[in-house]
Amino acid sequence: MNRRTIRKLTNILALGLSGLATAIGLFFLGAILWTLIRNGLAGVSLRLFTAMTPPPGGSGGLLNAIYGSVVMTVIGILIGGPIGMLAGTYLAEYARASRLSSVIRFVNDVLLSAPSIIIGLFVYELLVVRMGHFSALAGAVALAIIAMPVTVRTTEDMLTLVPQGMKDASTAMGAYPWRTITSVIYPAARSGILTGLLLAVARISGETAPLLFTALNNQFWSSNLAAPMANLPVVIFQFALSPYPNWQQLAWSGALIITLSILVLSISARLVLFSLDSGGRH
Amino acid sequence: MNSVAAIDPRHAAGQRLRERVFRSATLVAAIVVLALLGGVAISLLAGAWPALAHFRLSFLTREIWNPVTEQFGALAPIYGTLVTSVLALLLAIPVSLGIAIFLTEMASVWLKRPVGVAIELLAAVPSIIYGIWGLFVQRHVQPWLIAWLGPLPVIGRLFQGPPYGIGVLTASFVLAIMVIPFISAVMRDVFETVPDVLKESGYGLGATTWEVIWQVIVPYARTGMIGGIMLGLGRALGETMAVTFVIGNAHRIGSSLLAPGTTISASIANEFTEAVGDLYSSSLIALGALLFLITFSVIAAARFMLLRLEHRALSSA
Repeated sequence: MNRRTIRKLTNILALGLSGLATAIGLFFLGAILWTLIRNGLAGVSLRLFTAMTPPPGGSGGLLNAIYGSVVMTVIGILIGGPIGMLAGTYLAEYARASRLSSVIRFVNDVLLSAPSIIIGLFVYELLVVRMGHFSALAGAVALAIIAMPVTVRTTEDMLTLVPQGMKDASTAMGAYPWRTITSVIYPAARSGILTGLLLAVARISGETAPLLFTALNNQFWSSNLAAPMANLPVVIFQFALSPYPNWQQLAWSGALIITLSILVLSISARLVLFSLDSGGRH
Repeated sequence: MNSVAAIDPRHAAGQRLRERVFRSATLVAAIVVLALLGGVAISLLAGAWPALAHFRLSFLTREIWNPVTEQFGALAPIYGTLVTSVLALLLAIPVSLGIAIFLTEMASVWLKRPVGVAIELLAAVPSIIYGIWGLFVQRHVQPWLIAWLGPLPVIGRLFQGPPYGIGVLTASFVLAIMVIPFISAVMRDVFETVPDVLKESGYGLGATTWEVIWQVIVPYARTGMIGGIMLGLGRALGETMAVTFVIGNAHRIGSSLLAPGTTISASIANEFTEAVGDLYSSSLIALGALLFLITFSVIAAARFMLLRLEHRALSSA
């Protein structure tokens, strides 16, 4: 073989392997979804959404866990979202190039990829030890701390995208920055900021590690924020590792529910972003 | 309205007040983000203090983990964390590189977006789902591995023992799938910053696509690629639930990759709520502090590299 053929063959081989790598990535997404659907669908019935988590061997559903997950996710985003949005506003509008804001940006990036179990330990020390017991509120705070850096990042990115001309026009009319931000910049960046919040919800609704030592779990219905509360991820964790077939079935069904809702959230967030993208270009 | 503001002093004062309130609110929120990291560090150190004061440096060097006699050493979890993460990266790096090449240099426009989103969705799947999936799948894969690779010389030693389904290898494998989307996303982004002129010069000299990738794009994007890999490493080191499912939680250092082991995060997740005694839970928090220190340095280094790259891209643009 001459040099030219070797180069051509290397090229084909390398590009072929790259294609294969992509196929491997897609295969695993498919494999995970397929396993979830195959094992989870069998347990999906009306009872799943109307009955409480059962004792081993009994029959039941996931109602209290679904309720707990929704409550803690909502409270988490209600705490973490606004703080994140305000901090993102500070970074984008008040101190874009200051030394403080580059430090904050860096710290935020670190928080964004910090292990979530560390956040769980932190909230345990901060709230659970002080209050003397596990509580849904502690779980919600842990989730808020995880949602915050996501919101800071997306808010800053989205505010930066608003054309400078719009901001200048508002300033030229004599508006103070707060007026420009709340009446001009926020409305212009609204769908982008909402997308960021959506992504934050998707991120925290499957988090398990930070809930283990904060909200713990509860086999029964509880709407008391100061007491332990059932939640889907921790229920899946406990039930999947248990030896009881009915618990394992519920774990699979719960896993299916949680994955599908997160995928729907993430895909719709991306659809909004894409339409923003093409809207901006035309 | 604003023309009135200039005339009516009370209105102007009100505007100024609101400005001050809003500005302070955003500043306070920004400080909260800053304070969080400090708070995490301080509270972990405070919680870990009893164990660190009691065991001193031997905490880092001993393999023993005995809640009954209250003897705790972090060597086995540290070993498990490092081994699973490094193995995961070895598996994930080539695949991520391939995906990034496919997305930036090979895929046509209509294919780019759906495939890119599908890979990103792998990152959206929660960690616990990877755990339950890994547990399920490995029950079928591992007997096969032992039957085929176990009898081989040298590497056969790594594939010995009964097929628990759980163990170090399974954990690394699941971790690899989990970090692929993160590494490939960063690699794709840095590949896209390579100026077209550079690639075109390569093609102009008669280089094949692969030669352009390997000799033009990769050298140009090297810093960013390393940043992406370290970001993936940070993920793998701190990953908890998926590993907890499949690693088996055994506080020992085994020679076989199929044997159960433990990692820092899995030990905490498994034992923290059941830990009785101050020394036990303080030892677990000390593990957490250790994990925080390791991941913080890795992530900080990664971000620093990516940040420098951004500056370079801005200054050359």
